[in-house]
Amino acid sequence: MSTTNVDQSLEVATVHAGEHEEEDNRMFGFIVFLLSESVIFLSFFVGYIVYKQTSAEWYPAGFEGLEIREPLINTIVLVSSSFVIYFAERFLHKENLWGFRIFWLLTMAMGSFFLFGQAVEWMHLPFGFKDGLFGGTFYLLTGFHGLHVLTGVLLQGVMLGRSFIPNNYAGGEYGVNATSIFWHFVDVIWIILFILIYVWK
Amino acid sequence: MSNASMEALQPSLQPQPGAPDNWKRFFTFSTDHKVIGIQYIVTAFVFFLFAGLLAMVMRGELLTPEADLVDRTVYNGLFTMHGTLMLFMWTFPMLNGLANYLVPLMIGARDMAFPRLNAAAFWLVPVFGVILTASFFVPGGPSQSGWWAYPPVSLQNPTGNLINGQSLWILAVALSGISSIMGAVNIVTTIFRMRAPGMGWFKMPVFCWTVLAAQLIQLFGLPALTAGAVMLLFDLTVGTSFFNPELGGDPVLYQHFFWFYSHPAVYVIILPIFGVFSEIFPVYARKPLFGYPVVAVSSLVITGLSGIVWVHHMFASGTPGWMRMLFMFTTMTISIPTGIKVFAWVATVWGGKIRLNTPMLFALGGLIMWVFAGITGIMLASAPFDIHVNNTYFVVGHFHYVIYGAVVMGFYAAIYHWFPKMTGRMYYEGLGKLHFVLTFIGANLNFFPMHPAGLMGMPRRVASYDPEFAFWNVLASLGGFLLGVSTIPFLLNMLSSWARGPEAGDNPWRAIGLEWLVSSPPPHENFDEIPVVVSRPYGYGSDEPLIANASEKE
Repeated sequence: MSTTNVDQSLEVATVHAGEHEEEDNRMFGFIVFLLSESVIFLSFFVGYIVYKQTSAEWYPAGFEGLEIREPLINTIVLVSSSFVIYFAERFLHKENLWGFRIFWLLTMAMGSFFLFGQAVEWMHLPFGFKDGLFGGTFYLLTGFHGLHVLTGVLLQGVMLGRSFIPNNYAGGEYGVNATSIFWHFVDVIWIILFILIYVWK
Repeated sequence: MSNASMEALQPSLQPQPGAPDNWKRFFTFSTDHKVIGIQYIVTAFVFFLFAGLLAMVMRGELLTPEADLVDRTVYNGLFTMHGTLMLFMWTFPMLNGLANYLVPLMIGARDMAFPRLNAAAFWLVPVFGVILTASFFVPGGPSQSGWWAYPPVSLQNPTGNLINGQSLWILAVALSGISSIMGAVNIVTTIFRMRAPGMGWFKMPVFCWTVLAAQLIQLFGLPALTAGAVMLLFDLTVGTSFFNPELGGDPVLYQHFFWFYSHPAVYVIILPIFGVFSEIFPVYARKPLFGYPVVAVSSLVITGLSGIVWVHHMFASGTPGWMRMLFMFTTMTISIPTGIKVFAWVATVWGGKIRLNTPMLFALGGLIMWVFAGITGIMLASAPFDIHVNNTYFVVGHFHYVIYGAVVMGFYAAIYHWFPKMTGRMYYEGLGKLHFVLTFIGANLNFFPMHPAGLMGMPRRVASYDPEFAFWNVLASLGGFLLGVSTIPFLLNMLSSWARGPEAGDNPWRAIGLEWLVSSPPPHENFDEIPVVVSRPYGYGSDEPLIANASEKE
């Protein structure tokens, strides 16, 4: 190998190291951002707990409390999707692109099912956003979380699309990993939310 | 810097393709942290002047006991906008500007971790600035509920329009929050992951420590304010009942959300000023920073404690006794890490070969005013005293000593100190000293009389007052006008020096720090070769070089 070639391969190696560094930075920054965002949810949770503990009338007049059956199914689907997305990522690491796409698409389907279920629940509830503190906090919390699920599903769609660009999946890994972490985050938030709103009577 | 290393840097001194190399680059969507830093600083200063003008109208009103210059409604809008602009359009952008310009240079990085995010965060600043100032032109005028925007006052909407001063206020504050979070993610990632080889945590300059501590508050405090603002906006526009007591809501919960962030926010702006002091005192006293590791870590201690003091703003909000006791205690504990810093600065300056250049004068003046603010701060931390002077001018005087006395003086110190680095030119020392004298006298004349007036019982946020307070108010107003005048020599100095000041050289202060090893102004991407750090900062009087193979050490 001539000197030039050695130099070139060194250069390539440096560039790659730089790219990895940059991806690590992006992942670090993304996790910092999620930690920050979790404080918004935490603030809403605090609001919910304070209102529930202190307000004279919690549920709107004539309303007994929320049904738990459908939301429970929804919860199971959303929590399971966290495992599905994990397997999708595993397939990508093993460079099994079709395995990745199938499991990734399944995650998207499960996320969409959750959104659909929530929309159906919202349509059948007898109270609105303006109906007292319960109505306000209920729609605020589930709506803000739903917005995150929607964002997650859209991000997943982008990543799925990118997997069809030839030779792109390696470069798309940061996006896939970040989307997956975001999805786990959305899941954990939902578990807390579910316990607060549906289980805690 | 030696000629040899100057030559090594020459190629990168060439303008980057496509980027203008003159003043026009400050009006482009640049991703260079240095350009963005100066964009932040200049934008912030424009709003500082505007918010200062609003303050002078208020001081003009307060020259006489009657409300004769502006009516009470206008006055409410004036103090609300003055406070909001000063905090969200001046101190935060100014801090981001300094951090943007200095942090990558100080830690030996070529740029911030996310240059494009950085530019996007900056360009939100003029947007929310315009939204805030636009509220002067909507029916009903700007928000009149004070910069706290406490409900139920902030929920009143007499015009009935969806777009009113208050909703614009909330929108601007929310945008400011988004910009700050973007900035914080960037700065924290940069400091954690992009330090030069060899720069362990305890070889990092204190300014970077303080910026890190401040940005952690932004990350974990600001979302609480955002949550509160979102709920307030729904109450105001949709008619929900979160904070509306008439519909069963809880206005005090808003106060908790607000102060959980807005008290720590004062540390967001004061901590980097502590960093500036820690950078400046060693240089102009020619001595190492006394107790460097303790000073560095105390910033994080302040960050930690800042999260558990917010209720001291609510001693008079029907807060139960046990809570008052608890938060009185935690608030007073903050004085320990803060006191450590003050003692370290005094010990640094003590017995040093002091050069009284303008940056040092501003730093010393800022330190004096900060100590005074600290003393009145401890007085206010004591619940019985706080309840006595609650909503009087004593409180106004206290926080103006913090924010003008320490923060603005600290910003001036920083601008003079790093001006030669940013522009490659030296400012005129005589004008700088004149600026300092006018500012120091003006600030004390303006803000000291507020304390006796407050102790006598003069309430804040009033356009007219009892004639017994007239003497102190005339003094304060004269001080306020003097402060306005003091910006003239500053602006003259900066503009003329930037255009045709004498060449400053790379290291006019003979300071030790990575930012002084590069040319002035620093080249694109800062370092031709990333330096390897081998010793602690502030090695004045020590023979140990700062970086490996440094061809020349100051």
